[in-house]
Amino acid sequence: MSDVLVLVDHLDGDVGKPTLEMLTLAGRLGSPVAVVIGGDSAATAIVEKLGQYGATAVLTVDADQLGSSLVAPVVSLLASVVASRAPIAVLISSTTEGKEIAGRLAVRLDAGVLTDAVDVALDGSAVVVEQSVFGGSTIVHARATRGVPIITVRPNSVTPAAAPATPEVAQVPVPPVEGRQATVVETTVDEGGGRPGLSEASVVVAGGRGVGAAENFALIEQLADSLSAAVGASRAATDAGWYPHAAQVGQTGVTVAPQLYIACGISGAIQHRAGMQTSKTIVAINKDAEAPIFELADFGVVGDLHTVVPQLIAEIAKRKGS
Amino acid sequence: MKIVVTVKLVPDTTADKRIDPATKRLVRTGETVLNPFDEYAIEAALQLKEKLGAETTVTVVTMAPERGKEVVRKALAMGADDALMLSDPGCEGSDVMGTAYALAGAIAKNGFDLVVCGTQSTDAITGELPGALAEFLGVPGLTYGRKFEIDGTTLRAERETDSGFLKVTTGLPAVVSVTKSINEPRYPSFKGIMAAKTKPTTTLSLADLGIEASAVGLGAAATVVVDSAERPARGEHAVVKDEGDGGKRIADFLVSRKLL
Repeated sequence: MSDVLVLVDHLDGDVGKPTLEMLTLAGRLGSPVAVVIGGDSAATAIVEKLGQYGATAVLTVDADQLGSSLVAPVVSLLASVVASRAPIAVLISSTTEGKEIAGRLAVRLDAGVLTDAVDVALDGSAVVVEQSVFGGSTIVHARATRGVPIITVRPNSVTPAAAPATPEVAQVPVPPVEGRQATVVETTVDEGGGRPGLSEASVVVAGGRGVGAAENFALIEQLADSLSAAVGASRAATDAGWYPHAAQVGQTGVTVAPQLYIACGISGAIQHRAGMQTSKTIVAINKDAEAPIFELADFGVVGDLHTVVPQLIAEIAKRKGS
Repeated sequence: MKIVVTVKLVPDTTADKRIDPATKRLVRTGETVLNPFDEYAIEAALQLKEKLGAETTVTVVTMAPERGKEVVRKALAMGADDALMLSDPGCEGSDVMGTAYALAGAIAKNGFDLVVCGTQSTDAITGELPGALAEFLGVPGLTYGRKFEIDGTTLRAERETDSGFLKVTTGLPAVVSVTKSINEPRYPSFKGIMAAKTKPTTTLSLADLGIEASAVGLGAAATVVVDSAERPARGEHAVVKDEGDGGKRIADFLVSRKLL
């Protein structure tokens, strides 16, 4: 079987769920080959888990050797791995950085880039992806017409399936990065208060105009933390300055497709729906029974979020036995 | 300093979008607007110009048919100095790579010290154009930036990430993309709208850029849509009125779906 490269997201010796999802998709196309940036110790910690989800090989790269240039070294690295292993596809997580890596890699390799895939399949020898476009209103099947398909995979698209394998582990050399590059001089983590990233989170709790004030977002954050969720916001809330722009869910913000999306005080304008309507399960709380968000909701409560949400937080705590 | 801002004509963000089953391409006949993300890029460029002085110019560049003039006019009304419009039937159906290639040709011909892009467009939502431009132009890419500072030929910025931010520095020329945190885009003033009418807009063809028609457009795209379908409506849903137990009922629902 042909190799399918998967660029691994990992942090502190743990593999992100989006990576396990990509390994599962890669297994539908061929032999998943995991590319781990992070040196031997980081790779050793996660090899077993990558194998559990089907990685037949783990290629490790010393992060220090990659240097401090932004994005470009990873692009050069993947280009060199593609050249040496001739995979039939490259899978990268659909995060902002993942999509940038994919786009630049496609230019380097003169290959097709397929963004935000939610599924992959083989049609004869061709890799076909399913994409959810225009905010989820349309499903498209597409393929690359030349080069190795570079595919970004939207987190939460599939359920990771165990497929135990014993991966061979090999270190791959770091290719030189040519030309001038932007350089990272300092990394600051933690603006999200330790919450998962919005585009990758399994659960997103979002607040809108109905939240009423910046300080009331503490309630939204509290609900989010009780579910280990990321916090999102509607444009009305970010434009009002109640919450940072980076948290805006919608066509003019971030697109999310979590397992569970809880919309609190969000009416559900088209531009917001376009950013969240492919969420697997949608719960809405809104005072206005006519709010369009209820057309999407699997379960909706017409009521005041300022009383419903505290009760929900208390119920979650009770049922979790804490 | 020469600053170039990429802009795009996109379908109105308040309207539903669909694919034409025959051409398998986005139907672009409805109302159109300047891509909302691009307003932040224009504003960032104008603020840099205000800091750097009058010898700095801001040029907007777009790849669009004739009616792309409306977005160009808005950018000029906001304060850009002039515009380049790559308007050629051969560009139709370009994917992100073809678009980046053609725009890179126009930007290189114009000359640049800094290219400023929005995060992404609201129609394709790939966010891949800025990085691809950096590749084609052979200059550093500094994407998802906020808080830009230029000191001579060095640009410093914060790059937003999912979990925080990075402080990044690059030499010029370079390509940057900006996030919505960077500024509050201005509205065109009456004076700006009047002035826009006399600002130069240069229309370019692929031939003007020395780009072969076979290098861009639908035929050159490295990707192809096989088929498309409207997503089926969501399944059953329940909406209940809060009778003092709304929170509890949501918790019950989450348990029933094994989400709690």
